[in-house]
Amino acid sequence: MKPVSRRKLITTGIAATAGAAGLTVAARLAERYGLIPPDHSGFYGPGETLTYASQRMLTTHSLAREFPRSMISKSPFANEISPPNDAFQRHQTNGFSDWRLSVDGMVAHAGSLSLSDLKSLPMRSQITEVACEEGWSYIAEWIGTPLIEVLHAVGALPQARYVAYFSIDSDWWDSIDMADALHPQTLLTWGMNDGDLPVSFGGPLRMRVPRQLGYKSVKFINRLIVTDSLKHFGKGLGSAAPEAGYAWYAGI
Amino acid sequence: MASASNPETSRHSAIVRVTHWLTVISFVALLISGAEIVISHPRFYWGEAGNVRTAPLFTLPIPASRKTVPTAYGYVMPDQNGWSRYLHFQAAWLVVLTGLFYVISILWNGHLRKDLLPAPTDRRWRAFREVFARYLRRTPPQEAEAHSYNVVQRTAYLIVIFLLFPLVIWTGLAMSPAFNSAVPVAVNALGGRQSARTLHFFVSGSILLFVVVHVAMVIHAGFTRRVRAMVTGRAVESPESREFQARV
Repeated sequence: MKPVSRRKLITTGIAATAGAAGLTVAARLAERYGLIPPDHSGFYGPGETLTYASQRMLTTHSLAREFPRSMISKSPFANEISPPNDAFQRHQTNGFSDWRLSVDGMVAHAGSLSLSDLKSLPMRSQITEVACEEGWSYIAEWIGTPLIEVLHAVGALPQARYVAYFSIDSDWWDSIDMADALHPQTLLTWGMNDGDLPVSFGGPLRMRVPRQLGYKSVKFINRLIVTDSLKHFGKGLGSAAPEAGYAWYAGI
Repeated sequence: MASASNPETSRHSAIVRVTHWLTVISFVALLISGAEIVISHPRFYWGEAGNVRTAPLFTLPIPASRKTVPTAYGYVMPDQNGWSRYLHFQAAWLVVLTGLFYVISILWNGHLRKDLLPAPTDRRWRAFREVFARYLRRTPPQEAEAHSYNVVQRTAYLIVIFLLFPLVIWTGLAMSPAFNSAVPVAVNALGGRQSARTLHFFVSGSILLFVVVHVAMVIHAGFTRRVRAMVTGRAVESPESREFQARV
């Protein structure tokens, strides 16, 4: 063992202090700028936080890639869905004529919108890829009402930090931060490839979040809650995904 | 260069040892979790999009962990993607940060120039052929090789550090929809998302091949001694090697 020089001791000490102080400041700043994901605790918390924080800084305003019409998949894969429950089947029998999207939480005008209310708001269509965490993907045209239009219509409060969204299938809900909620490509989707959104692809209403993997694009949406904290939703991890072992943030 | 009379000499610096073992931990985690993720869809495609309703480039002859993937097996493996994905990205962060620290260090301290770039006299095919001939004759490692890398080792390490690791990180990031939204050229330059996934699989396989050969060579050179050197930093000469040196 070599004797440790005084200079080395001092520089190491300064470096360690600077490192610890830097980490504390970084954690404070990350919290302040909303760079800490709700599933940040536990063994995988550090990796999850690094991924979310770095991607959020890199992607705040970036747009998911859009493709030419010629690249739309000829045979998109719907993936399996849990058998629709009775309530869903009743809606299906009625042709979804009384499907409603309720919006509450931190909004000026809580209430609910019918599909035609939604369609009367400004719409958007885009050709984007659905990428499943399993590895497969397909490209489709998605037509819908940008979530930001709905948030404007109901008067989302400026303190809002997340939008939680719920499927009629009560086990299935998720949430996104305001960077994704206010993002122009985040669509409450009711159309696909020039037709109505088929039930197998999440019709009558699916949340499409094209900058994240497919599991964030929850099918059969009938409720939104605008909130400043996810602590009181489910187990407080942000969505049903982490409760089943999957990351809340699915940008990677 | 240490003399043969001093059997215990410095071999690996602290930076090399710490980054080596951090990389070992990350690699094992990435390999296990990566294999788990592949099992959920053991089909590979080329281009932008691909799924069970499109023709695969090739299919791995293994069962899948999802019912929706057609395989020749009558059963479905348990779904382990949740923790596998968490672990994969956590280990990826560890290996990326370790790798950055390592590369900056070896550029800074001269390890790259002194120990990894082949010496000018070794930058020819003959030097490679001589090393391979020694390997094939199973000649015990020369004294110099306890303290320095030969031209084949140097080339292999340089390929892993400066080609395979950057490629595996790039092809991995090119599967991230958020990263691709910010840096679309990352995926477009590879020919699409499914091409990136297929390339990620092959580059990972190349790194695995390197690790298998690396461990085989460590075993050939004396597993305990070489592993001890990578832990303590000190090289102890093998009796055979000293004998060999005495003969020549």
